[in-house]
Amino acid sequence: MTCDELRSRLEPYVDSELPADELARFETHLRGCASCSAGALSVLQMKLKTRAAGSRYTPAPDFRLRMEQSIRPTRRPAWLTGWFTGNTPKFATAAAFAALLLVATLIWTIRTERDHAFTELADMHVATLASANPVDVVSTDRHTVKPWFAGKLPFTFNLPELQNSEFALDGGRVTYFEHNSGAQLLFTLRKHSLSVFIFREQSGISSVFPVTSTFTKLAFHVETWSEGGLRYVVISDAPASDVHSLSVLLKNAAH
Amino acid sequence: MPLFARLYNFAHWLTQDRSEAEDLVQETCMKALKGFDSFRQGTNFRAWIYRILRNTFLTSRTGLKAAMLSLDDDENNSTEPVAGTTPESILLASVDQQAIQKSLERLSVPFREVILLCDVEEMSYQEISETLAIPIGTVMSRLSRARRAMRSSLNDAGLHGVSRGISQ
Repeated sequence: MTCDELRSRLEPYVDSELPADELARFETHLRGCASCSAGALSVLQMKLKTRAAGSRYTPAPDFRLRMEQSIRPTRRPAWLTGWFTGNTPKFATAAAFAALLLVATLIWTIRTERDHAFTELADMHVATLASANPVDVVSTDRHTVKPWFAGKLPFTFNLPELQNSEFALDGGRVTYFEHNSGAQLLFTLRKHSLSVFIFREQSGISSVFPVTSTFTKLAFHVETWSEGGLRYVVISDAPASDVHSLSVLLKNAAH
Repeated sequence: MPLFARLYNFAHWLTQDRSEAEDLVQETCMKALKGFDSFRQGTNFRAWIYRILRNTFLTSRTGLKAAMLSLDDDENNSTEPVAGTTPESILLASVDQQAIQKSLERLSVPFREVILLCDVEEMSYQEISETLAIPIGTVMSRLSRARRAMRSSLNDAGLHGVSRGISQ
């Protein structure tokens, strides 16, 4: 894949619309091309910012109430008529619709909260990479980085020994998710940067992710799990296998 | 009510008016309830209800005005590469939310709705195609043109350096 070919497909890439085979060729090119990586990052940033800016309007509480009131009288006679005349298909349709609404609401609520959490973390990761000072403690030594957080966070954590791995520790900083403080650690693998977020289990972040999960969204690979009362989230544009490798190192260090 | 808040957000962006958005959502919900028989099980519920909202909007006074705006032979334009790769494109991080909202407001309705459905509602191209009743190829070209128009709008608003970085 050439740079020109890649640029013509940047939008389907950030929209997660590339077929698997093309995605593999795309990411192979990205890994070796700083110029195209910067282009992809800018398009992705624009998409994330548009998403945040576009979620602008919320319905007024009184409008929601009026809606409920306006729908109720219309629906009730239809249901009652169907019920008392033995017209069960009508009732079944209404019940199926109500069930569908409930399921759709639940799915949408869970998905929205998860999307919100993902967006927050992706924003923090991207903002860190775009910053001139991405970390507050700059060190490749875990024995320097870990003690730096002492007194700054209401918990502590272990960092893996990286001597025999491809990963390098760049440093860390204190970050916040819904008013809860946590650690953001920055690792490097070849030309990729990986953020590791660590928060207490009680912070809001744990309730929106399953106990353990991996997923890909907006071309970011994410792996998250709970361990020892802490919630870990690894996020990066590196291949999913590399995100998993770092996750394994962190899990082993936590034991 | 599922998707109520999301539908309202989309309606407000289309109408640019709180009162009109409320009327639009109310009428959409009524039509969805009355016409639920027309919803085919196994098909996409979200695309179905957004299509009702959009069609309702297009038959409103505000929607009819918007429909009269030309798409500037949108469907005949090919998709061009969107992003340059200059380091200053990273400056996009400094574009604030208000500037993006203003640029969204300035877009024509066809461009605004395709960006909202893709970036805000996170619909797939297939879902957008079903919602807008247009082919997927048209979704892609319209989306590309809409994003280019947004960057141009940001440029006009004075973010010359940022916009230039991604439009080269």
